[in-house]
Order: sequence, then structure tokens, then C-alpha cells
Amino acid sequence: MEKTWNNKAWFMVLPVLLLVAFSAVIPLMTVVNYSVQDTFGNNQFFWAGAEWFDEVLHSERFHASLGRNLIFSAIILLIEIPLGIVIALNMPRKGWGVPVCLVLMALPLLIPWNVVGTIWQVFGRVDIGLLGHTLANLGINYNYVQNPMHAWFTVIIMDVWHWTSLVVLLCYAGLVSIPDAFYQAAKIDGASRWAVFRYIQLPKMNRVLLIAVLLRFMDSFMIYTEPFVVTGGGPGNSTTFLSIDLVKVAVGQFDLGPAAAMSIIYFLIILLLSWVFYTVMTNYDAER
Amino acid sequence: MARIDLNHIRHAYGPNPKSDKDYALKEVHHSWEDGGAYALLGPSGCGKTTLLNIISGLIHPSHGQLLFDGQDVTNLSTQERNIAQVFQFPVIYDTMTVYDNLAFPLRNRGVPEPEIDRKVRETLDMIDLASWANKKARGLTADQKQKISLGRGLVRSDVNAILFDEPLTVIDPHMKWVLRSQLKQLHQRFGYTMVYVTHDQTEALTFAQKVVVMYDGEIVQIGTPEELFERPRHTFVGYFIGSPGMNVMPVTLLGGMAQIGGHQVQLPSPAMPTAAGKIELGIRPEYVRLGRQGMPVKIAKIEDIGRHKIVRTRLENQEIAVIVGEGQDIPAEPHIAFDPKGINIYADSWRVGGQ
Repeated sequence: MEKTWNNKAWFMVLPVLLLVAFSAVIPLMTVVNYSVQDTFGNNQFFWAGAEWFDEVLHSERFHASLGRNLIFSAIILLIEIPLGIVIALNMPRKGWGVPVCLVLMALPLLIPWNVVGTIWQVFGRVDIGLLGHTLANLGINYNYVQNPMHAWFTVIIMDVWHWTSLVVLLCYAGLVSIPDAFYQAAKIDGASRWAVFRYIQLPKMNRVLLIAVLLRFMDSFMIYTEPFVVTGGGPGNSTTFLSIDLVKVAVGQFDLGPAAAMSIIYFLIILLLSWVFYTVMTNYDAER
Repeated sequence: MARIDLNHIRHAYGPNPKSDKDYALKEVHHSWEDGGAYALLGPSGCGKTTLLNIISGLIHPSHGQLLFDGQDVTNLSTQERNIAQVFQFPVIYDTMTVYDNLAFPLRNRGVPEPEIDRKVRETLDMIDLASWANKKARGLTADQKQKISLGRGLVRSDVNAILFDEPLTVIDPHMKWVLRSQLKQLHQRFGYTMVYVTHDQTEALTFAQKVVVMYDGEIVQIGTPEELFERPRHTFVGYFIGSPGMNVMPVTLLGGMAQIGGHQVQLPSPAMPTAAGKIELGIRPEYVRLGRQGMPVKIAKIEDIGRHKIVRTRLENQEIAVIVGEGQDIPAEPHIAFDPKGINIYADSWRVGGQ
């Protein structure tokens, strides 16, 4: 077929171009701008080159918060994915239990982040919190304000409480799409409960699980509000994850150059990991 | 292999069934011989699959008992009953290879590996997938997948019965024919007890020694294909089997004669029962002669289907289909006559007399 060329058609792309420019490109370019310059105020800027990048990449503080964030993401994935699968497997498939379970599961997802943080901040307090006070009465010396282990424990439990539902709902969607005939055939074939899970349910959940892992990884890697509200990144720096650290540098210390460089590095890490996930997923699809 | 006794089995899907209408399966009481090939034939929703699932143990009947070789298995699980079943749509284990799919039911039962290998290879040859053995099952086409499902049903040699739930629906016509003959051969060779659910009469009649016709939750007739054709016990069997189905018309009985509108037809045996209820006469189109003698009819339509013609005639207000040989001409003033051999008399849809 003959293709029609009309350069006026480019104008049709203009609105979206403007939109993207104002919402993403221009703010991003300011960050890039800051990351390669130094300023002492008065709106005077000096060229700094790759100096800030160099500084951030060699800073122990950055390494530490990156490490903490990776460990955090790993722990919550290790808990939330298996837990989500187990809960989804045990949810009812029909009857009045279905809407009840679905609503219960969706509830934590509907609560705003900072409210979740506040709930757990109060919940864990030794003086008035249900959890903290109960633990104290049981003779357990629990204090998330002073003990880094307790702070980590609280933040992880909070994230599990907040986000396991997402994994559950995704897995449940995968499970209900399996026709009854598969379970019947498995019975006829004499398959054990484990074999049914391994050869019928898990393969059918495969794709939703990849999405769940991707979403939970991205989200936990960018976590800010909840730990900020509960621990403020402390005690010390023990729960200072990447985004909390970034805000400290940018807003707390007003070190615009290093903060901008850090933002870009942070962004590139997330972009890289998303790309890895995307490739894994599409390769998996191509294999089918 | 086992003899299957269905002892007053009834089933309702809802709780607390009260009237007959609540039952998906009304009273089934029959014995199926060891090594028999049975086809369950009937329209959609008549209870065929329910009956099959009761036999395999996927459904527990509301009432009644199921016996395998005289042993009560009603409360045994599917696994304990040792049954193979093939479903309407292919069920395969995506992540396994074709070989592992077939080995799966054997491995679950702890069969030794050399034995598994022998059985699986044998089955692979049978379903013609030997060259695919090491391929992942998910890449196959729908009919290859269904062949795997069939293969998983056939791979165990010690089963009590093999049940097929419309297994060839997704397979193309030629392959259907091939697989059906293979199943029949297998049956002859190994003497499996086979139960085959279908709504396709050709499939039922070619596969089975005995065809079980079901209608509205009941078994209306069990018989050889010939019995179903010649002596349908219920008008439904007459309609459902045969192409076109049996002509059924309301009549009044007068001694040895049947009165159809203004005409009289000689009945084969003079001692016709004086049954009460709605009396009907049934005759298959194959037994209606079109010629110059008999009852005058009008011709509504002629369908030429190759080997023969189907002539749709009208006798007063009654439509009667006639099968006419390809070479035979149709007279200008057509008349029809009934061959006494083919006449059946029904009272309230159940057969009460005939030859």
C-alpha cells in the first residue's frame, strides 16, 4: 500500500509532547542541571562535571542506604510472596466467603501510606500502643524507637500487613481462572496436594506472580512514607532507606548537587531493574 | 476391569430435593457388564456427565449405591476407585513434557520406572505422538493436547473402567474417525470396560456395543444400535436416533387397524394392546414406501443428500418423512404405504406394541 506522507501530522503529537515535557522532561532536566553544577547561593552556578556522581558513588552513606534498601526489599519479597500464595490458596472459591475475603484483603490497600505509618507508629508505642504495650506486659523489652532490630521488625511487619493483600489478590485471580476439569483430572491421575500445586496451580500463577514480584520490588525499593512516619529513618540511620536518605540530603542539608546526582543514580538503578524484569517476563512469554 | 452396578442411583445438585424436577439424575438402576463398551447418548443437560462423574467419584450421588464387581464403592474417593477419565476439553500439565504428562498418573501410583517407560512408549505410539515425547506439552495444538489427555486415560492398564466425556469434540473430523477406531481396537484387544459420553449418534453407534440413551435425567433405553433403530422404547429414542428421526403421529386404535386422520393402516399383529393415554404410531422413514398405492400425500420438500433423497410429505396435517433411493422416481400423484415391519405403537411416549 502507498504510504501517505504529510508532515502536518506531527502537530497531532504536539499536545502529548507538551504534556510529557512539562510533567517529566523539564523537571528531570532541572535535576540533571543541578547534578553537574555547584552553587553557593545567589543563583550562581559553577560547572562541576561528574564530581557529584563520583562523590555519591564512593560515599559510604549511599552504599549503606542502598544496601539497607536491597535487604529490606529482599526480606519483604521473601515473606510476602509465599505468604500471599498460601493465603490465596486457602481462600474460598465460591459462596458468601468470597466477597468477605476479597473486601478484607482489599482494605489495607485502600489506606493512604502516611495513615498506615501513623497506625503502626501508634500501634507499636510502648506507652499507649496495643502491640507495644502488650509486648511490654508480656515481659518483652520491645522498643522500636531505640532498638534497630525492633525498628526493622516493625517496618517489615507493617509492609507485610499493607501489601501482602496485593500478592494475594493477584494470585487469587490466577487461581480462579483454572477450570475445574484440571482438578478433576488431577484426582483421576492420583496427584497429591503438592503435585496439584506444583504442576497445575503454580504454572497458572506464574505470570501474575512475576507481576506481583515486579510491583512489590519497585514499590519497596522506593518506600518512603511509612518508615518515615514510624521511625523517621532511625534509630540512628538504621532504617534510612534510599528515598529517606535522598530527602535528608536534598531538603535537610540542601546539598542540591549531590542530591541531584543521587536522584539520577537512584532512577537509573530502578530503570535497570525494571528492564531486567521486563526482559525476563517477555522471554518467558516467548518461550510459551 | 470391572462390572459396574448402578443401584437405584439418584442425584440432585441442590440441597433438599423434593420433587422429581429437582433431580438432575432420576433413578438409574442398571448393571453394566465387565468389558463392555457403552455409549451414553443424549442431548445436552440430560444427565450424561452427571452419571459419568458419579461413576468416577467426582460426584457423590444423593441416593443409591455404586458397585464395582459387587463391591460397594459409593464412599470411595476417585483415586481408590482406580478409574481413568478423559474430559471434553484437553487437560494437560503445561510445564511437563509430553512423556512426563503420560507418566504422571503412573508415577503418582508408584509404578517402577522401567514399567512406566514401557507403558508410556506404547501409549505414545498408539496416539501417534512418539516423536513429540520430549517436547513441552504447552506448545502443542488442541487436538494433540486432547490426544495426550486420551493417552493419560489409556496408559494405566489396571483400571476398573475408562470413562470418556465427549473426548473428541475438539478434534477435527478425520482424526476423530481415526481415534474412534483406535479406541474400538483397544477395547477389543484389552477388554477394558469403557463408558463413552456423547451427543453425537454416529459416534455412539460406531463406538459402542450397547448404547444407553438418556433423556431428561433418565435412561430411556439400553440396547444395541440395531435395537435402538428398529424398536425404540421411547419416542425420544425414535426422534434422536436416525437421520431424519422417526415419524411419530397420533392415531386411534380400532381392532387390528390404526386410524390416522381419514385413513386406516393395517397393524402387524392383530392383538394390539388397548392402552390408555396418548396413542401414537411411530415409523422410521426407511419403512415408508412412496409409490402409487396407499394414502395420498402432498410433497412439501425434497432433500437430496447423495446416497438417497429425503422426501418431506404431508398426509393431511401430518408431516411424514420418507427415504427414497437415489434412482427411484417420484410419482406425479404420490401415495405412501407403511411397511408393517417398521410400525411401533406408543402410549404416552413409551412403546406398547409393534412387531
